[in-house]
Amino acid sequence: MKTIPRSTLLFFGVYLLITIVVQALISLQLLTVFWSKLLLFGAVMAIVSLGLNLIYGFNGQFSLGQWGFYAIGAYAAADVTFRWTQQGSASGLVILLLAVTLAGLAFWGVGWLLRRVPGLDPLSSFALYLAGVILAVMAAVAIGRPLIEPVTSALALLPSNLALQIVFFLAVLLSGVLAAEISYLFGLPVLTLGSDYFGIATLGFTIIVKVLLDNSDTILGFEEMKGARGMIGIPQATTWLWVTIFLLVILVATRNLLHSSHGRAIISVREDELAAKAMGIDVASQKILTFVIGSLYAGLAGALYAHINGFLHPNTFNFIKSFDPMIIVVFGGLGSVSGTVVVSFIWILVLEGFLRQWLPEGFENWRFVVYPLLLIIMMLLRPSGLMGGFELPYLRQILPPLRKNVKAESTAEAQGD
Amino acid sequence: MEKSSKISALYERAIRERWIGKGFLALIAVLAVGYIGFNAKESPSLFFQQLINGLQIGFVYALVALGYTMVYGIVRLINFAHGDVFMVGAFISFFAIDRFELHIWPSKVFPAIHPNLSLLIGTLTTILMTMVFCALMAMTIERFAYKPLRTAPRISALITAIGVSFFLEYFGALPFVFTPNFITYKGPFPTTSWYIKGGIYKLESGVAPPDGSVIFSNILIIIVVTSLILLSILQFIVRRTKIGKAMRATAFDKPTARLMGINVDGVISVTFAIGAALAGAGGILYATAYRQVVFLMGIMPGLKAFISAVLGGIGSIPGALVGALILGQAEVLSAGYISTPMRDAVAFTILILVLLVRPTGIFGEPEREKA
Amino acid sequence: MSHPEVSTSNSDNQGPVVLEIQNLNKNFGGLRAVKDFNKTIRKGELVGLIGPNGAGKTTVFNLITGLYTVSSGSILFNGKNLVGLQPFEITKLGIARTFQNIRLFPNLSVLDNVRIAYHTHAGYGFFDAVLHSQHYQAKEKELTERAQEFLGVFNLQDRQGEIARNLPYGEQRRLEIARALAAEPQLLLLDEPAAGMNPKEVANLMELIHFIRERFNLTILLIEHQMRVVMGVCEWITVMDFGEVIARGTPEEIQNNPVVIEAYLGRGAAVLSKQLSEKRSNAA
Repeated sequence: MKTIPRSTLLFFGVYLLITIVVQALISLQLLTVFWSKLLLFGAVMAIVSLGLNLIYGFNGQFSLGQWGFYAIGAYAAADVTFRWTQQGSASGLVILLLAVTLAGLAFWGVGWLLRRVPGLDPLSSFALYLAGVILAVMAAVAIGRPLIEPVTSALALLPSNLALQIVFFLAVLLSGVLAAEISYLFGLPVLTLGSDYFGIATLGFTIIVKVLLDNSDTILGFEEMKGARGMIGIPQATTWLWVTIFLLVILVATRNLLHSSHGRAIISVREDELAAKAMGIDVASQKILTFVIGSLYAGLAGALYAHINGFLHPNTFNFIKSFDPMIIVVFGGLGSVSGTVVVSFIWILVLEGFLRQWLPEGFENWRFVVYPLLLIIMMLLRPSGLMGGFELPYLRQILPPLRKNVKAESTAEAQGD
Repeated sequence: MEKSSKISALYERAIRERWIGKGFLALIAVLAVGYIGFNAKESPSLFFQQLINGLQIGFVYALVALGYTMVYGIVRLINFAHGDVFMVGAFISFFAIDRFELHIWPSKVFPAIHPNLSLLIGTLTTILMTMVFCALMAMTIERFAYKPLRTAPRISALITAIGVSFFLEYFGALPFVFTPNFITYKGPFPTTSWYIKGGIYKLESGVAPPDGSVIFSNILIIIVVTSLILLSILQFIVRRTKIGKAMRATAFDKPTARLMGINVDGVISVTFAIGAALAGAGGILYATAYRQVVFLMGIMPGLKAFISAVLGGIGSIPGALVGALILGQAEVLSAGYISTPMRDAVAFTILILVLLVRPTGIFGEPEREKA
Repeated sequence: MSHPEVSTSNSDNQGPVVLEIQNLNKNFGGLRAVKDFNKTIRKGELVGLIGPNGAGKTTVFNLITGLYTVSSGSILFNGKNLVGLQPFEITKLGIARTFQNIRLFPNLSVLDNVRIAYHTHAGYGFFDAVLHSQHYQAKEKELTERAQEFLGVFNLQDRQGEIARNLPYGEQRRLEIARALAAEPQLLLLDEPAAGMNPKEVANLMELIHFIRERFNLTILLIEHQMRVVMGVCEWITVMDFGEVIARGTPEEIQNNPVVIEAYLGRGAAVLSKQLSEKRSNAA
């Protein structure tokens, strides 16, 4: 059994400590509700931004789509828990579970089909995947309808809080997967575009999502979402504990991924696509993989976000706000996981917290004059971000020790080349 | 034997010529055209009204799109702040008219002058002054925020552009600069409207036009005429003057242009200036037509103008006009037949479809590998 | 005009054919970048591809490795047609290359640059990686040790932690070659490896090329402008100009071939060279 490195113990220890201390402050009500919620919000922002850092900082794809997936995650999870608490029905849970599973199967099936048809262009592949998804969703609704009653009854047997936690947890997970699946569908044709155009396409995606949410009660048919009036009645199930658990898992998973060969492959795409291809890396697959993972994080974050305040409004998801994670990631340093997390918390606590409280009346909008100025200055003077390439030891890449007994075979490289 | 090889040959062709993808697009196109056609038949006057409205907004988008396309062509930067120049143009002209009555300054100086002539001169002055202001502003921004990042990774310039955009918006929102509130724009000239039904008749104020008539105003004419004039001037500059040649050369191959003795920095500056001037003019026209002016007004039109530029072929000047007219039309039709918020979704869906099918746009060169 | 002799290369070598290119054409719009290119390469050969700038040499490399789509013709690697395959698939079949302007992964360490070559046969999957399972840890250790040993072969093991873009130019080139070889190719394409090197570095490079051919049992196709390298290393040379093959032969034959001289230096030089060689043979 290998000994656990000090950096790992330190990291987990400090994380646990912070979690416990903050939880204590909350439980003892030493922190006002306002500030506790801000902390939750900060963690949620960290998760979204980590997703973007993966896509952009590590994989080099400039995506403005995180916010769209954040929105999808938020509304999907909110609908599931809303139906459970307000309507006493597991309908949202059942349909979402089936839809997500069947869509996943559809992806797998279409993918299998496409492997037999090499060289099919992206647009046609997209059309096939879309058709598969539509069929899957229709099937999910058909199969799900009769299952709603039994599942609801089964869950009702449990103590009410436990049932809620189960529904909440599943809602968050499923919403994340939903976001990931939509990102797969959208990403397939769009990732083939060059960097600039990919960014604009993802921006378009975010805007389209927002417009659809504005019309969620009419065009999409979800009356409880109330479209542009905003959705209320969502249980405030997100707690500090939940948020720290999710954040921890995501941090560890991200760090593990980045330290492995898959992580290196992802990064190589950012470094030099052509060279990566020449080294046998399937660049298109790496881009899709990273995009899907990043969107998964965004969906999870959105789902957690929806349950902080108990209400949602499409305005939160307008595309201007979509620049927030981008700015956080750049400020924190592209490719620095620690930087992203730190700046996320600072961003929320300062911008939404301190500045809002301390700036005199009427000067709230000054925040939005100051921070773009800071952004411009940062770009001009320190483009590597606040923390540059800095990483906490646990998160940082460890260099394996030199092997002393390796001898040079080639004679052509004497010292002092 | 023969049948199966024929089938497999067909299959090969289906893949090579992208039948599934094209079929998918064709389906969307048929649905869209069908929907529009159906609605047009139901109410032809509404349809023609949309066409006219679409023309109006299309030309405004064209003016803004040109700035995007020219700047992208020359420095490969998507200048997110460009839409805000449009906003600045609207505000500056508003203050000029509202506070200083610039649109009729000849009457103040030469009281004997004919009021219409005074209005003409005054309006032209206002427009010109706004254009110059916007041009200078853009040149300053370029000099201090973009130029230092010309050798930096593209993303830094992009993020800076986003920063400049936010800054312009919220700085403008400050009470002592512009204002955070909505302003009702007072156009420099009075509006006259006509309606078409069997003939063209002037619309009297207070009298409703008869059902089934198509309405347009002198604003439409002014927008179209002004835009065409400005576009012609631009086309002349780009095609017939030395500076235009320098701009085209720099867009084509910057290092070589520099070696040929072209002052590349100056050319880039001029490009930004011209683009901003046109956007400023667009801002005035937009405000005159749609009345509402607010510090965030530049965002959506800016993005739509960008989509127009992509649709027409980014880097292509005629493309910007054609793309803008198409997009304006699509937007108005969606607003009319589906709903107002959906027009944004439609605009961006068009963008995504363009990027998927023909990313270089209508007038762009079809995709080739780099030699 | 294409050289009349068809595609056989060095007639001494009767080893199995590794690469067979037939009637390869590449058009960029109206520009015919490669015209009726033919080449046969057998196992173990060290072959040069030379010609003036713009002759189409790198285009041929890009066609072989799948970076460009073939307009017409075939490329058979160990009997398998490469046309239409993706670049990464071609690499997995056993062809690796270096680039004219060195394309390392600039912000990654020397070790990581090499480790990426092992990604396709890392031995563990995505979920193993995310969970850092025992299986992952074992395989990753193996992979790393292999990579470190590999660096040792090229005397780069002491630099394993250095960021690639900070290396001196000669070492960067060496790393790029090492990285290509870490992918365990049968056929190695070197695109102007001596570019930008001083004479000492060039000498080292020539030794390195000989060394790797022996050590890794390689077949090598080399584009190069520096004649010293070409003449000193290649056994057989193909000359291109304007997208076509204009001459083939041993280094000695090519050196005196008037068509080749004309292509590089113009008609006047070709005539002069002819006169000189006639004088020489008269004097002999």
